Amino acid sequence: MIANKPIYITDANCVTPLGFDIETNWKALVKGDSGIQFQEQYGNLTSIYASIIDSDKLNESFLKVSNDSTFSKLEKMLILALYPVVSKNKITEKSVLILSTTKGNISALENQDAPIEDAQLSTLVKKINTFFGFKTEPIIVSNACVSGVLAVSTAKRMIQFGAYDNAFIIAGDEISEFVLSGFNSFQAMSNLPCTPYDASRNGVTLGEASAAVFVTTKKPSHNAVAIIGDGAVNDANHISGPSRTGDGLHKSIESAFKEANIEKSKLDYISAHGTATLYNDEMEAIAFSRSNIDNVAVNSLKGYYGHTLGASGLLEIVIALQSVYNQELLASKGYSNSGVSIPIDVLKENRKQEITYFLKTASGFGGCNTAILFEKIN
Amino acid sequence: MEALKQELKAKIIEALNLEDISIEDINDNDPLFGEGLGLDSIDALELIVLLDKVYGIRLADPKQGKAIFESVETMAKYIEEHRTK
Amino acid sequence: MTTNYHISNYCKIENNSLQVNGTTVLEMKDVLFPEFIKNASKAIELEYPKFFKMDNLSKLAFLGAEAILKNNINLDIENNIALVFANKASSLDTDVKYQESISDKENYFPSPAVFVYTLPNICVGEISIKNQLKTENAFFVFDDFKAEFMSDYTSYLLESGKAEKVLCGWVEFYKNDYKAFVYLVEKSGTTAHNKEVIQTLYNK
Repeated sequence: MIANKPIYITDANCVTPLGFDIETNWKALVKGDSGIQFQEQYGNLTSIYASIIDSDKLNESFLKVSNDSTFSKLEKMLILALYPVVSKNKITEKSVLILSTTKGNISALENQDAPIEDAQLSTLVKKINTFFGFKTEPIIVSNACVSGVLAVSTAKRMIQFGAYDNAFIIAGDEISEFVLSGFNSFQAMSNLPCTPYDASRNGVTLGEASAAVFVTTKKPSHNAVAIIGDGAVNDANHISGPSRTGDGLHKSIESAFKEANIEKSKLDYISAHGTATLYNDEMEAIAFSRSNIDNVAVNSLKGYYGHTLGASGLLEIVIALQSVYNQELLASKGYSNSGVSIPIDVLKENRKQEITYFLKTASGFGGCNTAILFEKIN
Repeated sequence: MEALKQELKAKIIEALNLEDISIEDINDNDPLFGEGLGLDSIDALELIVLLDKVYGIRLADPKQGKAIFESVETMAKYIEEHRTK
Repeated sequence: MTTNYHISNYCKIENNSLQVNGTTVLEMKDVLFPEFIKNASKAIELEYPKFFKMDNLSKLAFLGAEAILKNNINLDIENNIALVFANKASSLDTDVKYQESISDKENYFPSPAVFVYTLPNICVGEISIKNQLKTENAFFVFDDFKAEFMSDYTSYLLESGKAEKVLCGWVEFYKNDYKAFVYLVEKSGTTAHNKEVIQTLYNK
């Protein structure tokens, strides 16, 4: 049976090119720094932009946590993100690890002599599960670019159903030639750092990152948010093209509001997906308008981190929490003139603002969409 | 030109996995997208790869594809003028 | 454990055989998957040209779903049937195929039509499109079939009112090794929806 008990996110962390902990990331974001850099060469690709974590710096930081050098770059990113969260929250018999990723250790396929297991998502999560000593079997959410947000929904739903007491969620994806060449073949890559919602936008910039949160039923005494409603509805339109009507995203948002039972007018902020492809950003504007939330302050963080695929949704929730706690919304980096057909309030500058309710959305290949409503407590 | 068109039809059927469609089913001037063969946006991207792979033609701007991929006729004409292999 | 919901239909595809509700619809010997699944699509009278553009995982999942939905869905109305699918290999079979297209620098032609299938949830999108299911959907990856998780997540969707029915699936495909187990959970029916029954049907 579902117990409609409140579910909270009480701890969060992230590992990105802007820093390996949440405080460093927040400081860099407020200054307007971006992890996106020009890359002269990546495999067979030349002259691209991407947001990539420096491996030497990562290795150095990882040594503080473990001196096991057999972990892959992605595994190190994930462990480093979760480490401080686990040290603050005890793993019990009814804790579960949830991993959100799209491609995991896909770069293992480049080495044709390596066993295929090296590229399996279940191999990756087993390593993390063992490293931290989880006592239950882990869950992997692999639902394209909504994975990070859907992982939070999954934690909330399974905890409300009574399957677990709490969940440690990690999300991560790395830059690989596999993914870069794929997006390139889709003619979906921006030739300059991506500019979500802007009139000049012409595609995504890819990035790599990891993020971690702790989800629990225990009401904390410190800063936290409650997960008060969610939805994950498919467009049923096309496997790669966003819906022209925004149906799935609109329905996801409506599902979240219905469950939360709050007025749309109370919404203070939307942390949107904003990949900077022509059709995605337009689709989001249409969906927000259909849900009557087109007048709410909105941003995309892709201009700071690029599109980090399975990490993006969770990373953007982690940063949104900092906006809530610091009462400061971040400018939607790269945005200056509207390039969507419906006016939406894209943040041009950082804005001091108290936030009680915010919405996180994401959309992805396969026609998937997600929306989660959060409420600040304390 | 006639041989190229026949070859092109075969390549399109193969590259786009058009089941139960044969060379004879495609007329030179049939629209490839929409009503005609019912191709979609991924097929358009795949045709861009086909141009590159088989005929050594790289489209500078994928938007050019719309006019080029109107029909087998327009495609063959473009290939004849621009092929590098 | 709730007993209000039932498994109304189920379908299994493995070892060149297609079964619906325990009855064999098609069985073939000594054929590879592409030939088998083509015949299976004919056996259920599927007329859908897009089917042949799908990768193996999507074909498997799509056919398993169609075998049930074609008799259980009215396309004239909105059907709130959620899709909850899972497997072990994710999209690895197509991942390997895509990797091959970029491993030779002299013959480097990454295919968008292959790349798009390097996500396991695309198969869920294919089922949604065919049946116009603008509904809850999710794809999970586990080391092996997790009846308890499937049962809990499904029950959550039904009891919370986020879905009226749920089509669940375990759809594993890697290098010609495959297995699909797809089942529909709803109010009507006689087979109880719980983890023991799900596990039994999966093993059968």
